[in-house]
Amino acid sequence: MNLKLHVWRQNGPDEKGHFETYDANDVLEDMSFLEMLDVINDGLEASGKEPIAFESDCREGICGSCGCMINGQPHGHKARTTTCQLHMREFKDGDEIVIEPFRSKAFPVIKDLVVDRSSFDRIIQSGGYITARTGSAPDANAIPVAKVESDRAFDAATCIGCGACVASCPNGSAMLFTGAKITHLGLLPQGQPERFIRVDKMVHQMDSEDFGHCSNFGECTLACPKSISLDVIAQMNTDYIKAQFKSRDT
Amino acid sequence: MSIDLKSNAPTGPIETSWSRHKFDVNVVNPANKRKYTVIVVGTGLAGASAAATLGELGYNVLNFCFQDSPRRAHSIAAQGGINAAKNYQNDGDSVYRLFYDTVKGGDFRSRESNVYRLAQLSVNIIDQAAAQGVPFAREYGGLLANRSFGGALVSRTFYARGQTGQQLLLGAYSAHAAQVAAGKIKMFPRHEMLDVVTIDGHARGIVSRDLTSGEIKSYAADAVVLATGGYGNVFYLSTNAMGSNVTAAWRAAKRGALFANPCYTQIHPTCIPVSGDHQSKLTLMSESLRNDGRVWVPKDAKDCWNPDESAVGRHPSQIPDSDRDYYLERRYPTFGNLVPRDVASRAAKLSCDEGRGVAFNGRGVYLDFKDAIGRLGQEEVAARYGNLFEMYERITGANPYKEPMRIYPAIHYTMGGLWVDYNLQSNLPGLFVLGEANFSDHGANRLGASALMQGLADGYFVIPYTLGHYLAEVGPQKKDATASEFKGVEESVNGRVNKLLNVKGKRSVDSFHRELGHLMWENCGMARTREGLTEALERIPQIRSEFWENVSVPGSGANLNQSLEKAGRVADFLEFAEVKVGDALHREESCGGHFRLEHQTEEGEAKRDDDEFSYVAAWEFNGVDKKPTLHKEPLEFDHVKPSQRSYK
Repeated sequence: MNLKLHVWRQNGPDEKGHFETYDANDVLEDMSFLEMLDVINDGLEASGKEPIAFESDCREGICGSCGCMINGQPHGHKARTTTCQLHMREFKDGDEIVIEPFRSKAFPVIKDLVVDRSSFDRIIQSGGYITARTGSAPDANAIPVAKVESDRAFDAATCIGCGACVASCPNGSAMLFTGAKITHLGLLPQGQPERFIRVDKMVHQMDSEDFGHCSNFGECTLACPKSISLDVIAQMNTDYIKAQFKSRDT
Repeated sequence: MSIDLKSNAPTGPIETSWSRHKFDVNVVNPANKRKYTVIVVGTGLAGASAAATLGELGYNVLNFCFQDSPRRAHSIAAQGGINAAKNYQNDGDSVYRLFYDTVKGGDFRSRESNVYRLAQLSVNIIDQAAAQGVPFAREYGGLLANRSFGGALVSRTFYARGQTGQQLLLGAYSAHAAQVAAGKIKMFPRHEMLDVVTIDGHARGIVSRDLTSGEIKSYAADAVVLATGGYGNVFYLSTNAMGSNVTAAWRAAKRGALFANPCYTQIHPTCIPVSGDHQSKLTLMSESLRNDGRVWVPKDAKDCWNPDESAVGRHPSQIPDSDRDYYLERRYPTFGNLVPRDVASRAAKLSCDEGRGVAFNGRGVYLDFKDAIGRLGQEEVAARYGNLFEMYERITGANPYKEPMRIYPAIHYTMGGLWVDYNLQSNLPGLFVLGEANFSDHGANRLGASALMQGLADGYFVIPYTLGHYLAEVGPQKKDATASEFKGVEESVNGRVNKLLNVKGKRSVDSFHRELGHLMWENCGMARTREGLTEALERIPQIRSEFWENVSVPGSGANLNQSLEKAGRVADFLEFAEVKVGDALHREESCGGHFRLEHQTEEGEAKRDDDEFSYVAAWEFNGVDKKPTLHKEPLEFDHVKPSQRSYK
């Protein structure tokens, strides 16, 4: 199939960006979206032009590196799919595709389709962990966890930190991302001692970054390649309110 | 250079070696730990766990990774599980059995002392990960579940659906994040280590490039820890991430660290086959699928791939059992579909070589879940493998609940790496190497679910002791990154970057990588011959010289330049490949993942030569276009007596 691509090119964070148009010819349906871009880039590089900068690493949908807006949707239109796992059989001959970086004030563009998502790391660093010094752990089976709770914690823990939730949100909110970690750790018995300190610190850190607030559009959960449920936001809000009634000294 | 390769493993009973060693090593007083700075390169399971644990102990850690976040290291993609000798299943597992299985699985080419320690530490890892909140699979009673994996007769693999690596890495990443918050780890994401700096023979720092600003800068420390993964991408197509590379390890090798057993590469039997020339990487389907999936090819070549029609003859659902060859069950009745990876991979290749392959170019076999779905029901199969089935369908467009998967072996892991002693220290004092980047624990073949175990054992439980031993011995250093040694290395790094930018040729970086990879796969892949390896040794320098004459690296070195990043890595692969092929040529035997067609049993199994080759081959770099020098560390087996591996 032959496609026309309109790709956002921006040489640096402070430079003005613009769309460039590229023809993608003889695209095979077994190609991934990024392999289609690889072919374009190969041609650009061989002719001495700078290829389109985009991030990807594992190309198995788990590392969370890749991600761009494809026709206005983060990771494209296919549900539960990262950009690297989107395959060209989802498109048809003659399609025009608009490709842009994830759009959010909190994710400044570094170059072309590459954005800075370090705010996510800072949210985790503010409290997204269980303090368990190496070597101090009891036998793993000393802490039984009901399967149902464990499975729910797991569903939240599958977040890959790609940022599609933020990019899809009209407010640029990071509550799905933050709520996922709070829910994962807050549902487990190991996570209880720090549960309310954690939510307090993480919400505070999230608010101090350039993210907007949640107003229940629900776009995030639809854009999420791992289908993280909106329940995690409710869980976060509940825990946050409870945290306000707990002693801050503990 | 005369190098005496001493393992420094304790003598005496192996069962108590590690605890005696822990008592014998020097310890840094808690108040003095803050006087030391340690550079850790890499944030995968080994790097993140090492950085976090060293930070907890009070050392100052400078941690580097080329990805945008430490959470993205390729450990994240490991699917199947992690072994531990917990014996929660009451099926006869023990530390000794895990040790035994690992030494045997490695085809008697690993160091017994290291493997025993690994088996001992395996149990602590599970405890540590569970305490961090890693959501391992559980039984309804709330206790941990296990599954079985290739090469073992007990069920000792802990798992988190099909994404065990992700959950373990996020656990290590969270411990790491806590230390970043505590100010004990200073994190440098989007930084690529481009050289190691030695002062008086000791590793004292690195030179890295800030991938966003292009700044090339030195960092000084008391010791350097490399946890930079394997070299699988020398084959271009592998299950490794796009960015996985040999650069850090290779630069260390060029500064005098020995590279051990580079010819040992693991071919994973269950990957999605290549679908065309555009292919950028290969995707693994977890080995755990072999628990319930049955591997087969049609008996009749007419039912297989036909190049004229570019299709397989008969749809698999139309092929009755009587026309199928379940070749693993036929050839290995005891282990069946759960034979180790090297054995399963070669068997698949053999079937395809006979013209019975069933995917693009005749390179694929079936992995069938029909019986499992009949036995367990679709719901239970989905609970076990749902995410893998979904991933398979996304990539291939075929539904594995309805028709068998097509799979084929692919490069997955590299057992070779920088030579280290029992303390995980290379022959360069102060340079420590962890995880896949070192060579020590898996011999010539790694068993499934052992990579996560090794990465975390090294990072959480070995390096905190052995690094302290070194630091206490040498005392705090000056840590002056403006010293002349640093300036010299910075200049050479700058020179190389400029050289790459100034070739201004006509070929893309990937085109060279693909050419090298194809050569390596054909001549140094699953089956190797003297002729093929000799030919590769002639071809690699030719590709390398064309690369330096004709590669095109557009843009500048002063900002994000992905062509430049790739070009640097490919340039290193082009040097490293020669050592790898040379190692494969010198090792006139077959063992584990190294299969020489000249050396096989009558039944087509790997035939070792213990009299001649029971040693670690550690190669010393002498310059590009010069032959490396071979150093040998003899291997002794006091506990598991070498025998012909049998999985029949």
